[in-house]
Amino acid sequence: MGKGIKKFVIELFAIVVCLVIYGIPFFFAIINSLKSRTEAAELSISLPKKLHFLQNYKEVLTTENYIVLRAFLNSSIITVVSVLILIFVASMTGYILQRRKEEISSIVNSLILMGLMIPPSVVPTIWILKTLGLYKTLTGMILIEVALSYPFSTLLYTNFMNTIPREIDESAIIDGCGAIQMFWKIIFPLLKPVTVTVTILNAVHIFNDFVNPLYFLPGARNATVQLTLYNFVSRYSTSWNLVFADAVLISIPPLIFFIFFNKKIVAGMTAGAIKA
Amino acid sequence: MNSIYKKVYSYFLLIPGMLIYFTLFLLPTLAAFFFSFTWWTFTEWKFVGFDNYITFLTEPSLNIGFRNTLVYAVTACSLKVILGFLLGVFLSLELRTRNFLRSMIFFPYILSTVAVGITFTSLMHPTQGLINKFFNVIGLKGLDWLGNPKIALFSVILVDVWKGVGVATVIYIAGIMAIPREYYEALMIDGGNLWAQIRYLTLPLSRPAMNSVIILSFIDGLRRFDFIWTMTQGGPGFSTDVIASIIYKQYEAGFYGLSTAGNVILFLIVAILSFPLYRFLGRKEGEL
Repeated sequence: MGKGIKKFVIELFAIVVCLVIYGIPFFFAIINSLKSRTEAAELSISLPKKLHFLQNYKEVLTTENYIVLRAFLNSSIITVVSVLILIFVASMTGYILQRRKEEISSIVNSLILMGLMIPPSVVPTIWILKTLGLYKTLTGMILIEVALSYPFSTLLYTNFMNTIPREIDESAIIDGCGAIQMFWKIIFPLLKPVTVTVTILNAVHIFNDFVNPLYFLPGARNATVQLTLYNFVSRYSTSWNLVFADAVLISIPPLIFFIFFNKKIVAGMTAGAIKA
Repeated sequence: MNSIYKKVYSYFLLIPGMLIYFTLFLLPTLAAFFFSFTWWTFTEWKFVGFDNYITFLTEPSLNIGFRNTLVYAVTACSLKVILGFLLGVFLSLELRTRNFLRSMIFFPYILSTVAVGITFTSLMHPTQGLINKFFNVIGLKGLDWLGNPKIALFSVILVDVWKGVGVATVIYIAGIMAIPREYYEALMIDGGNLWAQIRYLTLPLSRPAMNSVIILSFIDGLRRFDFIWTMTQGGPGFSTDVIASIIYKQYEAGFYGLSTAGNVILFLIVAILSFPLYRFLGRKEGEL
């Protein structure tokens, strides 16, 4: 009995600590997004005297000609298209690298592993984008996201390919499958668990990306949600209520992902980490 | 490999991915080595030898970045390794609220750095911030978390750890969960208490997980830029400038050659520090 009580106390304590350290910052941001401008300026955690929920969120969404909505659209396009291209290219790469153990494969593999560590060279990348006419375009941004997430996604696919027996390939070869047919008809459907992981991890990662759009997608027209929030801070430095309303808004998509795919995110991260 | 396999596992399938990766990652990396030796404005370049590197190493506002980058990486990495382990051990116990606590600690990982940075900037406000108000209530004097050059870097590191320790924790949990239960049972029969379990079983056997956490958070710490940029922009003065933020500042100021030299220095540092670390940790793992 004594042991049970002790355990209960420890758990209660853990929950309280957790709520203080993690709960308060969330609560603080949400509560201040519901206050008037003067009240939010106090940066306190008290409840709002009067709820300004609709005004604040409406103002954030309509300000500067709906820039936040446009940013949401841009970020969504970048995220969805990048993830689709990533699945397409990383799955094929992982498959070939795992199935073909030769000189060329291991060279390609080392080049890809380099990308897991080495930080990208930003200014030369801008120069190459400019040369290709893709600087400050969504297309350029998408290709950058693909290039930078390619190593980790490929690693996940390569690891998973180890679990798919070669006998499956053998029988398909006997049936006369060609290279493309073999991969897309036979192998790719079996990769579904990793495809889900790659989708979720990269979607969260790319949607939240701040540094790359800062470098490769400057200018208001193509603003992404993270850049918009960042610019809000200097522009509305006296309107903390609006800054927090925007912060809360852009946390909603990842939050939805978290609620639905919490287990998958954790599984994917540990699969990548333990092998890396 | 016979010809049938070569046909089926065709290298053609590598082309789409490698084309994008080569053009936008490998090629810029190679170009960086060249342009770091030049004075450069996209349209024209002039060879200047090691000038950019010398500037980087001698200019106080630039070379402070080396110290800060190392302090940042080592501190953030150590905190994540130690806290992540303790949390991992705790959250591997049979607790009723285990899943809730795990989710709570992992949750910040999916938030954006900008949103987290902004929230903590206001929580750390010297006079109105909640953190200092709390200190005042318990009778302590608050600190100027982000305005004092001596502690600003550590304040940013704390926020980084707040957001990232959940990742370390889940990696540890995966490692700890893989340890066979029988070992613990055997140790309990021999009268081993909780400390003995941690010291003789959990700590040595979760070594692979720990190595992953060390490598991942160390490299991450060396490259970090977004927390710095959203919270302090390298200030006050240059006290929180890391190499990555200096690269950005030099680029904004139009010193493309100098910025690129900083980039080359950063990836040399990452390579020089990570490869031996990786090898060293790998050897340690083999000794078990």
